[in-house]
Amino acid sequence: MDRSRTARLRTGNFRGPLTVLLGGLVLLLVSLSLAISVGAVQVPLGTVWGIFLDKLWPGLIDPTWSKGRAAIVWDIRFPRALLAMMVGAGLAMVGASLQAVTRNPLADPHLLGISSGGAFGAILALLHTGLFTGLLTVPLLAFLGALGATAIVLGVSRFADATSSDRLVLAGVAVSFIIMAGANVLIFLGDPRAAHVVVFWMLGGLGLAQWSQLMYPFIVLLCSATWLLFHTRELNAMTVGDETASTLGIPVARFRLSVFVAGALITGVMVAFSGIIGFVGLMVPHVVRLLVGGDYLRVLTGSAVMGAVFLLWADIAARTVMAPEDIPIGIITGLVGGLFFIWLLGRRKAG
Amino acid sequence: MTAAHLCVQDLSWSPRRGSTPLLHPTSFDLDPGRVLGIVGPNGAGKTTLLRLLYRFHRPVAGKVRIDGEDIWTLSARAVAQRVAAVLQEQPSDFALTVTEIVTLGRTPHRRGFAGTAGAQDQAIIDSALERLELQGLAHRHLDTLSGGERQRVMVARAVAQQPRLLILDEPTNHLDIRHQLEVLDLIRSLPLTIVTSLHDLNLAASVCDDLLLLREGHTVGFGPPRHVLSEEAVAQAFRVTTRREQLSQSGAEHLTFHLKTKGHLR
Repeated sequence: MDRSRTARLRTGNFRGPLTVLLGGLVLLLVSLSLAISVGAVQVPLGTVWGIFLDKLWPGLIDPTWSKGRAAIVWDIRFPRALLAMMVGAGLAMVGASLQAVTRNPLADPHLLGISSGGAFGAILALLHTGLFTGLLTVPLLAFLGALGATAIVLGVSRFADATSSDRLVLAGVAVSFIIMAGANVLIFLGDPRAAHVVVFWMLGGLGLAQWSQLMYPFIVLLCSATWLLFHTRELNAMTVGDETASTLGIPVARFRLSVFVAGALITGVMVAFSGIIGFVGLMVPHVVRLLVGGDYLRVLTGSAVMGAVFLLWADIAARTVMAPEDIPIGIITGLVGGLFFIWLLGRRKAG
Repeated sequence: MTAAHLCVQDLSWSPRRGSTPLLHPTSFDLDPGRVLGIVGPNGAGKTTLLRLLYRFHRPVAGKVRIDGEDIWTLSARAVAQRVAAVLQEQPSDFALTVTEIVTLGRTPHRRGFAGTAGAQDQAIIDSALERLELQGLAHRHLDTLSGGERQRVMVARAVAQQPRLLILDEPTNHLDIRHQLEVLDLIRSLPLTIVTSLHDLNLAASVCDDLLLLREGHTVGFGPPRHVLSEEAVAQAFRVTTRREQLSQSGAEHLTFHLKTKGHLR
């Protein structure tokens, strides 16, 4: 009898997250459709998928829509929604992974200063160095900036002996302030007309999404996410403790560094295409853990799906609250994330 | 499960080259299946010695051999297949369940994608849960368990690792007396070679086959408890007056400790 109970519990345990994952994917598809349909010009859902199928397989359906509609859906809204999904999924996975290797529930690419480093690199490319390696310049410098910021935060936390969770976040915030000051100097010294564009982009926005450029974040996300998904066992072990992880045969220092580099890669590239979008990496993994538990295979897949859903909705909100004005998405995620942060602090105190 | 033969030769360690060693050359030999207790005052080098044994610190000099193999000629993974450790680290609150924690013990034995555990792994995990009477808690989150239950989970994780040598750092810390006795009973029942640091000398004497007494990184004594914990050795190592007394009811020997009078301290 006891055995049948554990067996049932196990299947229950297995089916639960699978249902959640399926539910998440359905939610993702619904959110994607709505994100494309909603906007200054409302496009019916049927038309949205009609245009999609028509592009995928020309001649399958007779177009019942105008060329203008097709252009709005295919050239503007589709790439924008896809970018939102990639940025959300990427930042949420980075947050989840950093939380494991720092054993810090507050770890987030934005709070740890990695996003600021990415912004610094991107601004340097946009206003000062010029696009010396073509279209790849901005993502490349953003990645290097993110990597540099990561190195500085890790250096400062070691120097200030800030290995505890709260002090690591403080080190990140401090470094973030300094780097943003540097980024502002770059803007101040740059061409004032270009500076206007940069400031808007620093607040976070998906308006720059174009089909021709989506390949870069996609490839980076695919490679980094695959690598992370192959290391969920290590991530699980890291949540128990450095020494315990090392007695399980994990090269702790090298693994943590690799995760930080992967995090800088994803964050840098996402920042290059969408600006600074904060708190996604902090919020989403916590919500996902409440839904599917702490095993990192589930936390990472769940974070990818929920991160994508969250950013699609944040973008819908950004385009509708002050329609037809398009407010920077960073304002929405900052508002939601800040409130979430306060809630998290209260919960930690209670626990 | 098979037990390992542990051989430590002239092992020493210091944090940096040239700085004062935290462990001076230490040697001992432990036959398979024996339980070694490491005792000594705070800062005596107990944790340092354990870290050298589970390959966290690289020795400045000397060797640790497990069944004749130097652990630093083996990979970290190969050592993890032979040596498991239960440490005092507090797992962070990331909602892992008891089964998920115990599954971590299979890490050094598995390769490739992290998906589901194989049937063999699952059997090993189940038997570890069963041995530590954790089946009823299998799906509970670690942060909802009591201190004693958590310690059992960490031991189950180590058992699932199927080591030949098990190392424990103060396994009875923060446990009430019943849980202390339970954990120690359980450790004794495992057919492994065991090295554990312990604070309570009487407990250590009753549980361990051999004791290693450390003081300021030096070995003061190694051997059977009665031989190592002489009144003079304990008095010197811990700077307390020590008396070996006989309990009137059971007739068992028991060490009692008193502070030296102030005059003696100077």
